[in-house]
Amino acid sequence: MIPKLPIGDLVADLVDWIEFNLGWLLDIITAGFKTVLNGFADILMIIPPLIFIPILAILVYLVSHRNLRLALLSIAGLLLIWNLQLWDLSMMTLALVIASTFIALLIGVPLGILASGNDTFDAVIRVLLDFMQTMPPFVYLIPAVIFFSLGNVPGMIATVIFAMPPAIRLTNLGIRQIPTELIEVADAFGATPRQKLLKVQLPGALPTIMTGVNQCIMLALSMAVIASMIGAAGLGYQVLVGIQRVNIAMGFEAGLAIVILAIILDRVTQSVVR
Amino acid sequence: MDFEEEPEVIIKVNQLFKIFGNDPKRGVEHLRAGRTKQEIFEKTSLIVGLDDVSFEVMKGETFVLMGLSGCGKSTLLRSLNRLIHPTAGEIIIGGRDIVGMNDDEIREFRRDNIGMVFQNFALLPHRSILDNVAFGLEIQGMPLAERHEKSRAALELVGLSGYETSMPDQLSGGMKQRVGLARALAGDAEILLMDEAFSALDPLIRRDMQDELIDLQERLNKTVIFVTHDLDEALKIGNRIALMMDGKIIQVGTAEEILMNPENEYVERFVADVDMTKVLTAKDIMMKADPVIYCKSGPHHAARLMKEFGISSLFVVSQHRILRGIVMLEDVVEAVKHDKKTLEETTIQDIPFVQLDTPISEIIPVIADSRYPLPVLDEDARLKGMIMRSSVLLALARKEPETNDS
Ligand SMILES: Nc1ncnc2c1ncn2[C@@H]1O[C@H](COP(=O)(O)OP(=O)(O)O)[C@@H](O)[C@H]1O
Ligand SMILES: [Mg+2]
Repeated sequence: MIPKLPIGDLVADLVDWIEFNLGWLLDIITAGFKTVLNGFADILMIIPPLIFIPILAILVYLVSHRNLRLALLSIAGLLLIWNLQLWDLSMMTLALVIASTFIALLIGVPLGILASGNDTFDAVIRVLLDFMQTMPPFVYLIPAVIFFSLGNVPGMIATVIFAMPPAIRLTNLGIRQIPTELIEVADAFGATPRQKLLKVQLPGALPTIMTGVNQCIMLALSMAVIASMIGAAGLGYQVLVGIQRVNIAMGFEAGLAIVILAIILDRVTQSVVR
Repeated sequence: MDFEEEPEVIIKVNQLFKIFGNDPKRGVEHLRAGRTKQEIFEKTSLIVGLDDVSFEVMKGETFVLMGLSGCGKSTLLRSLNRLIHPTAGEIIIGGRDIVGMNDDEIREFRRDNIGMVFQNFALLPHRSILDNVAFGLEIQGMPLAERHEKSRAALELVGLSGYETSMPDQLSGGMKQRVGLARALAGDAEILLMDEAFSALDPLIRRDMQDELIDLQERLNKTVIFVTHDLDEALKIGNRIALMMDGKIIQVGTAEEILMNPENEYVERFVADVDMTKVLTAKDIMMKADPVIYCKSGPHHAARLMKEFGISSLFVVSQHRILRGIVMLEDVVEAVKHDKKTLEETTIQDIPFVQLDTPISEIIPVIADSRYPLPVLDEDARLKGMIMRSSVLLALARKEPETNDS
């Protein structure tokens, strides 16, 4: 019999070391994530539903190129959530999703731009992304808990990491797909690399990047729900409690609210693309 | 184009090489050692793009790079604004060496001096037509109002006023390329690079665009470097043509020079199917219209001139050789008999004539219907020369493809 390998102990030691030596970095990240999350949460929670719903409906109507059906659908869905008394929890989940997506894009889009201009970096990050996408979402919770313990911040960390790959991939793809003639136009007229990026590459890649944003948001929503297991607030936690207490009514209503949010987020981001 | 004045060299290319592949300099060595493009590729997998290319382009000239696909036209054109970095050699444009410039210098040089038109138009799909035209000016950092004003002027130049707010996908191919042209013109660059700019267009629209370019050139006098694989297009728009093969320039010359004196078999085969009647114009085949007679002169003088030169007709001109008509020998003899004082009654007016640039194909029907030698006039109706039936036949006989071994 081979004795049990001390993997767990080794990892625990490593984590101790990191927490001791890089604690300041973890603190900065925590503070940053909290600020972003609270910013969005404050905005979403402060506005009363009866004001929020029409504003949102108008926004949906405008960004979806005047899709009236979608606007009405959003109103109905949000009214239902309000009626089920799940408004605050829904706004919390929404804040988590938006804040996480925001950070994921903030990191993912520049990484995608970098990958589009550097084949070596592209190859490296491609392997990493492939690896990440083969892992079940559950796995992302572990390092988040290890470094950030429980609560909204580790939930967000896991969500950001889980949601980021499409932002990187599709930004990279979108820029690489731009016809070489258009790149030559920028060069031939003497554009600097920065001008080329802002005036030709990013605008040309925008439809593809928006597809990435859509995927990013949907992944963020699913992860924000799962992250309730490590203490993230919102609808996911309600579902979790419902399951643990075998409270079918409670779990189902919260689940329904998640589905409504998912449909609205998906339709809206998709119609922006078109 | 006016080449009476001393032509000024604006682009000078000197022993230019471009080799694609790793460690390209050794390709140059192979070429200098006399190996061919094919041999070098088989031995080293280096691809020869340009092989010892030298030529000059004059200011205001339309210079055509022509040759079969893969012969290096695009590589040469793109070297001129360094979208492709040459492996060896010199490119001097407006007195400045392009090859040695650093990134900032070349960007500035491109912004201020060179406009480019692309085969597939290359309009930015997310921009309005006006903002597409304004692209180069925007890169230069010109303020919005100013660049829009200039872009409107450029759009007007290409006949697209009114399409400012349209999007590229709303325009037809020909219109898109007009936008491409306007974009290249908007910045007032002295040099225009055009790579197969009309090749993606339908034949009829293509011909329109060629005419349009010739027309624009008459007004703007840019220096145009035009790449095409189509000989007819080259002959039509080029002041001079450079024929390329395997990365080399085989022959440079005017359309006539290339057609009448092909440098070698390759060029000869290239030009074999050219319809000479479309290429040669009145000025290529006309003879001197001398002597002529002044309209105030009398029949006696006319008779003496005809006898002296052994001719049976004389063109009658007024001051500055403005054509008035023609007198025929029989009529002059009559007039002398009746002791007329002037040629006025004897002169046959309203005779058929052609312009300097009328192609032979259009001269043939005119001359077939006419009993007189055909006068050739410039825009101001001044007599520049004349064409006899025999001169047409002679010109066509001079260049017939002797062998047809295809
Ligand atoms: N980026 C490149 N890498 C390798 N070979 C190239 C590249 N660009 C052009 N070539 C080669 O150089 C030669 C000339 O190409 P090109 O200038 O595009 O020809 P043309 O425009 O006359 O059709 C061809 O053999 C082509 O395959
Ligand atoms: Mg080409």
